[in-house]
Amino acid sequence: MSLKTPLGPVRGLGSARSGTRHWWMQRVTAVALLPLTLWFVFSVISHAGAEYGEMAIWLATPFNAILMLLLIAATFHHLQLGLQVVVEDYIHGEAAKVAVMLVIKLASVALAVAAAFAVLKVAFTA
Amino acid sequence: LATGPLAFADAQAVVGSFIGRLFLFGWTFALFYHLANGIRHLVWDTGYGFDLDVAQKTGHAVPIVAGCLTLLTWIIGYSAM
Repeated sequence: MSLKTPLGPVRGLGSARSGTRHWWMQRVTAVALLPLTLWFVFSVISHAGAEYGEMAIWLATPFNAILMLLLIAATFHHLQLGLQVVVEDYIHGEAAKVAVMLVIKLASVALAVAAAFAVLKVAFTA
Repeated sequence: LATGPLAFADAQAVVGSFIGRLFLFGWTFALFYHLANGIRHLVWDTGYGFDLDVAQKTGHAVPIVAGCLTLLTWIIGYSAM
């Protein structure tokens, strides 16, 4: 016997409206980030002390540029989802919650686009 | 990197300074700790590992693994320079 009241399906699956997607995307981005982060760390440390030209050529390689873009996308999505949970749990007061959520979501999108732009600029002009 | 060689040199100077490396070291540990504990969470998602003795063992393993990965990363980094 289901414990749900009939109100949920009527009002759009409850107040969050899409709870499980958030949870699942957090896991998907986490799994994606495991190899991507390790690749990034390994790449950085193997280039320790490298010159500008060497780094630019490294990033301009299609393989590296693509992985970098994937890392940026996954990181900022994972970041945004994670912070969203922190806000939902620890910030009380509807106005403060909405305001902080907006800043987090907009800032993570803006930063992700800025980072992606930087990668593409090096990839296409180096 | 995208802004050009001068900006790159400035960034390298800041990050390569003593205090910059200190921050970088701390950040490396935070990264690997988050990664290790994240794996612990993903394993919990499969339903395994909630018994107290297992949870305590994995709980102890996480900072140790994170510390080892941090040291390994920095040793490799310095030897690559």
